[in-house]
Order: sequence, then structure tokens, then C-alpha cells
Amino acid sequence: MNPQYQYDIFVIGGGSGGLTVVDEAQKLGKRVGLADYIKPSPHGTQWGTGGTCPNVGCIPKKLMHMTALIGEIRHELTATGWQGVDPHSKNDWNILVNEVQRQVKGINKGNDDWLVTTNGITYYNKLGKLKDDHTVELIDKDGQSEFVTAEYIVIAVGSRPSFPTDIPNVKQLTITSDDLFSLKKAPGKTLVVGASYVALECAGFLTGLGYDVTVMVRSILLRGFDQEVAERIGEFMKIQGTKFIRGTIPSSIEDVDGKRLVKWVLNGQEQSEVFDTVLLAIGRSADTQNLGLEQVGVQTNKESGKIIANDADSTSVPNIFAIGDCVQGRLELTPTAIMCGKRLIKRLYCNGNQIMEYSDVSTTVFTPLEYGCVGYSEEAAIKKFGKENLKIFASEFTPLFWNFANRKGTCYAKLIVKKDDDVVIGFHYLGPDAAEVTQGFGVVIKLKAKKSDLDNVVGIHPSVAEELVQMQTWK
Amino acid sequence: MQITQEFDFFVIGGGSGGLAAAKQAASQGAKVGLADFVKPSPLGTKWGLGGTCVNVGCIPKKLMHFAALAGELRKDQVEAGWINTDMQGKHDWNRMTENVRNHIKKLNFQYKNQLNNQEVKYYNKLAELEKSNIVKLVDKDGGVEFIKSKFILIAVGGRPSYPEDIPEIEKKVITSDDLFWLPNNPGKTLIVGASYVALECGGFLNGLGYDSSIMVRSILLRGFDQQIAGKIEDYMVESGVKFINEAIPINIEVIENNRRLVTWKQKGVQHSDTFDTVLIATGRKSDTSKLNLERVGVKTNKNGKIICTIDDRTSVSNIYAIGDCVEGRPELTPTAIKCGQLLANRLFGGQKKMMCYQFIPTTVFTPLEYGCIGYSEEEAINKFTQNEIIIYHSIFKPLEWNLLESHYAQACMIKLIVMASTRRVIGLHYLGPNAGEVVQGYAVAMKLGATKEQFDATIGIHPTCSEEILTLTAVKGIDNPQKEGC
Repeated sequence: MNPQYQYDIFVIGGGSGGLTVVDEAQKLGKRVGLADYIKPSPHGTQWGTGGTCPNVGCIPKKLMHMTALIGEIRHELTATGWQGVDPHSKNDWNILVNEVQRQVKGINKGNDDWLVTTNGITYYNKLGKLKDDHTVELIDKDGQSEFVTAEYIVIAVGSRPSFPTDIPNVKQLTITSDDLFSLKKAPGKTLVVGASYVALECAGFLTGLGYDVTVMVRSILLRGFDQEVAERIGEFMKIQGTKFIRGTIPSSIEDVDGKRLVKWVLNGQEQSEVFDTVLLAIGRSADTQNLGLEQVGVQTNKESGKIIANDADSTSVPNIFAIGDCVQGRLELTPTAIMCGKRLIKRLYCNGNQIMEYSDVSTTVFTPLEYGCVGYSEEAAIKKFGKENLKIFASEFTPLFWNFANRKGTCYAKLIVKKDDDVVIGFHYLGPDAAEVTQGFGVVIKLKAKKSDLDNVVGIHPSVAEELVQMQTWK
Repeated sequence: MQITQEFDFFVIGGGSGGLAAAKQAASQGAKVGLADFVKPSPLGTKWGLGGTCVNVGCIPKKLMHFAALAGELRKDQVEAGWINTDMQGKHDWNRMTENVRNHIKKLNFQYKNQLNNQEVKYYNKLAELEKSNIVKLVDKDGGVEFIKSKFILIAVGGRPSYPEDIPEIEKKVITSDDLFWLPNNPGKTLIVGASYVALECGGFLNGLGYDSSIMVRSILLRGFDQQIAGKIEDYMVESGVKFINEAIPINIEVIENNRRLVTWKQKGVQHSDTFDTVLIATGRKSDTSKLNLERVGVKTNKNGKIICTIDDRTSVSNIYAIGDCVEGRPELTPTAIKCGQLLANRLFGGQKKMMCYQFIPTTVFTPLEYGCIGYSEEEAINKFTQNEIIIYHSIFKPLEWNLLESHYAQACMIKLIVMASTRRVIGLHYLGPNAGEVVQGYAVAMKLGATKEQFDATIGIHPTCSEEILTLTAVKGIDNPQKEGC
């Protein structure tokens, strides 16, 4: 403990990464400070502690996605003999939002109680800003400042949705994921702009909840993901009723009697349509403006605003660290931020020597047909190893329960295998319960398992996961 | 005796193992024949090609289990804003069984097609061994023919067994052979047994709205991890299933309205109650009694199970046996399938690979599902002693369950059994939703010898139930399994 400083470690940002650092440090008896403050969205939306994931990310997203899925199952309910279920009846948005917010606030309360009652943690609901390499300025909602000092500072401020710069008044005329999960009024006929997983997940569950949804895509779906699977996801969403406008972006958005008149150019023609809501999901930007980074000498990528940190999470100022979504080159995921935070504290205080690894991280896109993947996409694998050096196993299948109500569409599994050593370098599963199916295989891919290792394992029957250990045909 | 056909490979039994072996052998170029004939249950229930799994096992079981779980979701639907869902709506048994039957018939048809496409000659006749290389085939009208085959595979599976001490029991009760094809709903049901069949059936019947009681002689799920078995029971009790523990039926009488009066003894005291249906699920026996095995010299154990070597060969050198009818084999579809395929590859494909029975993953589709791989806690302590193993445990609540407060908050559990010296994970137990989907991938990892550290170094997918398996820190005997905080 260094008596020169008020805190051993001060964390700016109480999200997945930040809270992990706070927890791991206090468990070791360190004096920990945390500043977490939500700058309201352009519509004034705010939330509690916990960061993006529990408030405006993973958690409410999955709850709404699950709600859409359990709405779908009403078709199977009638087909399996349940009476008194109307598969075509509506979803009450306010009931849903209240339920989702009840969950979210439960998590906020859990965090708040823990922050307040745990020894060694001092929590500030104030906006943090670097003053110098050991000093943080804390600004409250009325603009009053106080200053704290710390031996180590960890920046874990995450990111916020980005806005296009060429549409006047765009922030007032559109909503983002910051607003969607607590929207007071049902979104109605919605235009989702973007092709990220955020865009497709939101468009997916909004369609499933019964809203008229259109997705406007500039070029490809799910950039960075396997494109064959991305297109299949798009096709499945179309079967469900989502409309797609491909190859364009909005050129203007206007308020017309409280609705949104959106114009765009497609194949040289100007087109337009009126929507109740425009949801922007074109990407996220690191929340690093007004952090005082430049004054203190913490280097960032000028274009993206992301902080530049080395493998040990250290910035250009040696006692200032940065983790999570605000850092260049990191995966924007909760579990990686958490593991990164844990390893950082181990290195700082317990002679740990593990740095964070970002290869072969399993992830899942919670689109209406879910997509779990680990490792290389087909494009990335071909680029790195050459098509002739790969064997790509693929299989279409139908889950057992889809037979009840004759669901349309097919599920898909793909394994990318290197010919020389039979190692499985890419795992792709498109079907129900994708995250649960994929997780165990995440361990398997990290172990550099061979295709023959998967084939040697007996399947669990009946399941969808067993498809992955029975893949015989290749492209 | 006129031989009508000669084969390289003749399979007796068109179930999971038999069909897989026949198709694989045909694909290797062998001339293959297959005989499948379903002897009706004592109540006259029959079914088509495909064996137990497709007709009276895994498939209809899982469909009905799904129907029961879907019914449970109605509460979540209302909570999440779906309107016009009547949580009290009744279940229409006939609607469900019609849909289940249609699916099974599709599968029967698919299998016939597959055999046809692979040029496997299919006989819908009851087979018995005439000589070590001659099979007698009898059709439903008693017509007889004989075929000759270089190799014979017995894959006749098993059928439900009945308790022996209750007079005329076969006419008074149903078994899983009858349940999935029952023309009317089973009503108030007593399930006798403690196997996964008993619990799965009792579980979905309760979920579909039928008054269900399960009568258990001693322990639940013998052979499975007993702590988990206890939690399965707790969850089923919470859900409304009644357990009659440490009891066996002593008499079953047919009374008015075709109901059943059951008398049982529990801790020396006699009880009775009336039910609409009694479902016996006390075990299965090998269906080998009418095969004429003794005449030909194929050895069986006293329970009728065929004794085979590791390469599936019986005591008669050209006769093989796989699947449920063989001593010492797990009674599972995927193991029978794999075993059959490997056997065909060895006989006709010049390959040498044998079936490996280590770390076979399996799932019990009780209302709260249970997936497991490797050692139970009891088996591990028995084999390795308490000092050599470390058990990690966790109780968790799936995110989806938060949609409804009334879900039993401490129901779901994960246990990992780890070898202290090597850190190898030798037992994985997951009690929670979607157990089959969660567990499958880990089976590959465990077969590869994965350690606890390798599990922990794998980054989780959020939010899932499965990620809990990668973040276990609490040690049984030292820490509480209950997670604290968020």
C-alpha cells in the first residue's frame, strides 16, 4: 500500500470490465475507488450501475429475444395439444419493458448494494476525468468537482452507439440500443439502420414481437463473421417477415407528424418511406472524449478514439491501464473484458504472468435463428491457409421439435478443418440454443481438437448438438 | 429347407444399431439383409421400422417432454407481455399423439427408403437362428422362409419387463410400449419405477396436466449421481409430481370404469388408491428368448443378455451382437449406432477401430434436464478415494427463469469432478435447461483429457447457462455452492 495515494487502484467505468477489476482488487484487500456515471442518451435515457451489458446490452437484449422466441413457440403449443393459446395475438410492449426493466433494476440494485457494503470500495456516481497520471477529477451532475489520487488507474469506459455525421438532427430523430430497452411507447413500424449483430438481433426480436420491421444495410451482413452463415441468417429473418433494403444508407430523416420520413437512394432512384421509429445500429464508439487523455499523454487512435494499450493492458502512461470496449484491438464482449480484468489484477498484485488472449473466443449472435461460432470464418480460413488446404464439412438439419408446427427454414452446421493435421479451426452452428451448443465446443477448439476427435464422441440423442459430432459430408 | 437368399451380412432387428450396421455394411459393398418384426405388446400395441428409439423411446419421449415444457412456458409468455394465452388451458392428448404419430410414421418411411436406396433387403418377418449361418424368417401369417448369411448380427434390443408377483399384470398395466400410442389420455396415472424412463414419463405427464404419482422401491436413477437425482426429485415435487417412496405394489385390480385399484406396502404398512392408468417402468429385458440362441450355441447371461467380446463377437464365431441386447453395453441409441457402424467397417471395410465406452455423454429428459459425462460423485469416490478428487459445485439460476419469480431458485446445479493430481475433469454434471445441448461439446473435451484449468481458460459466452461450467470456483466440502452477488 502506497500512503502517497488515496487509493491503490481507481477505476473509471463500472461496466463488465471495471466491476471485475474492483472486485478482484478489493478481494485482495486493496483500497479501491470506482467512478461510474451514465451520460444520458440524446433522448435523456439513463441507467444504473453495471455498464452496457446488464443495462442496454446482453441482458435486456436476450430477454427480448427470448420473449420473441417464446411467442413463436405458441405455434408448437397449439400443435402439441394445448388449448387456449392464440399464436397470432399481440405482445404488449409496456408489459414487456416493465418486466425487462424489473430484471435490469434488480441487477443494478445488486451491484449498488455490493458497492456500498463491501469494505475497501468507495463508489462515486460521478463522471471521471484524468487530471494527471495519478489524479482523477470527479464531476457530479451539478458540475461540482473533487479530486482523488491513486497508484494505478484503470480506464474501462466502454463505448456508446455511434451516429452518422451527415444527417441533420439525427440524434433527435432516431433512437439507439441505449433507448430501445426502456422505450415508453411501442416502436411500431421500425427501420433498423445497420448490419451489425446489434442491428440484426434488434430487428429479429422486434419482428418476433409483431412489429413491421425493415433493415437497411449498406453492404454486407455481420462484417467479420462467416458470410455464408450471415446470409443464411438474413434469409431466415426474411422468412420470419423482416424486410431488407440492401446496398444503401439513409440520405435524410425528417419528422412528419411525429413519424419519420426516411429517404434513400437505391440503383440511382430516390426512395422513401414513413416509419414510426428509426433505430440506428451502425456501430459503437469508444467513450473516451472528455476523459482528459490527451492532456495526460494517454495515446488513442485518433480516428476511432480507442485507447492504445499493450498486451499487458498498459497505456502510454505506465501506471494507467485500459481494458474492455474502449481499447483498440479488443473483442467487444463482456466475458473477455471480465477475464482481462481478472488477469490484470493478478499481474499487478499476485505475480501473475498471464496476459489476455483473444484467439478462439466463442461467441453467439442472438438473431431469430441463433448463431454460435468459434475460430475462423470460412473467408478468414481460406485467406490464411488456402482453400486447397482445408476441408469444410457442412450439414443442414431440422431440430426435432420443428416438426410439430412445420417450421420453415433450415439449421446449419459447418466445421473448417485443416487437411494436414485434421485440426478443427472453425466451428459454426446456426440453430436453436446456439450459445449452449457452442460453449462446450469452445473448450474443444482451444484444445486444438481434430475432426476425428469430434467424430469419436458419441452423440446425445435426441439433441441438435449431436449434429456436430456426426458431420460426414464436405463441400 | 430351401434357402431363398444368400447374404454377406444379415441383421436381425431394425432398431438404432441394426439399421446403422446394415446401411454401413451395404455402403462398404456387402450384400445385406435385415429382418425387423415388432411383436405386439400385451395390449396389442405395434409399430413400424426403426426400433425402440424412433417408435417407443427417445423420439416420442422427447416430443412429449417438449410439449410439457412448452406448456410451462405459458406463464412466461403472460409475464413477458403475450396476450390471449390462457395459462389454465387444458391439454388435448389426442392432438398431441396424432402429431407425434405422424412424425414417427415419417421416420418409419424414411428408414424403409434408406434401406431400399442402399439395396438392403428388408424382411418384415420375425427371425430366429436355425443354424449358425441360417436364419428362419416367419411372417405374420406363419409363412416360413430360410436365408443363409456369412455373418449374422443380432440387434434385437429390449422390451419392458413386468414385475413377476402380481397376477395377470400384463393386461392391467401399460408400459412405454403403449404410452406413446394410447388412444385416450392416461388420466390419473401411477408410474411404478425409478429409472429415467419412469421419471421422464412421470415428469411430462405431470407437465401435460395429468395427476401423476411415482412409486419408487428404493433410490432414484440408480447408477446416476445421487445428489443430482435428489435435486431432480425436489424439482419434480415442486412441479406437482407425487412420490411414493420405499414402496412396491402388491396388487393391481381392475375396477369399475376400467380404473385400477392399486395396493402397496410402504414401511410395512398397506395403502391403496385408485388410478386411471398404471404405467410400469421397472426396467427392460433383452428380447432374446425366442431367437433360439441356445440351439445354435450363442451364450447369454441369466438375464438373457448376449455375452460378447470387445469386438462384438458372440460365442459363435460368425455371429455378432450389438446394442441393448448385449451384456455390459449402455442402453443408448448413439452408442448402438456407432458400434454398428464400426463393426460394419471392421467386417467389410478393412478397418480396425473398436467402440470406446469411455466418457459417453447422456441426458435424462426429466422436467429439469440432467446431462452428464463420466464419473458420478459416488463412482469417483469409490474408485479414487476422497483425497484424490476435488469436486467443484455451483447452484445457478438461468437468466430466462428471472422472467418468472416462481421458478425454484436453487434448482439448477453444476458439478465438476476433478482429479487432484492431474487436474483432469473426470465427471461433469449439469442439471438445468437444455442439458443435452449444453453437455455435448464438453464430452469431446473430456475425452481429450481436458483439465479444470483448460476449462477455466476458455472464455464464456454471455449470457448462457453453459458458461457457468467455465467459472466454477466453489469446492464441495469447503465452499457453499450458492453464487453471491451478480
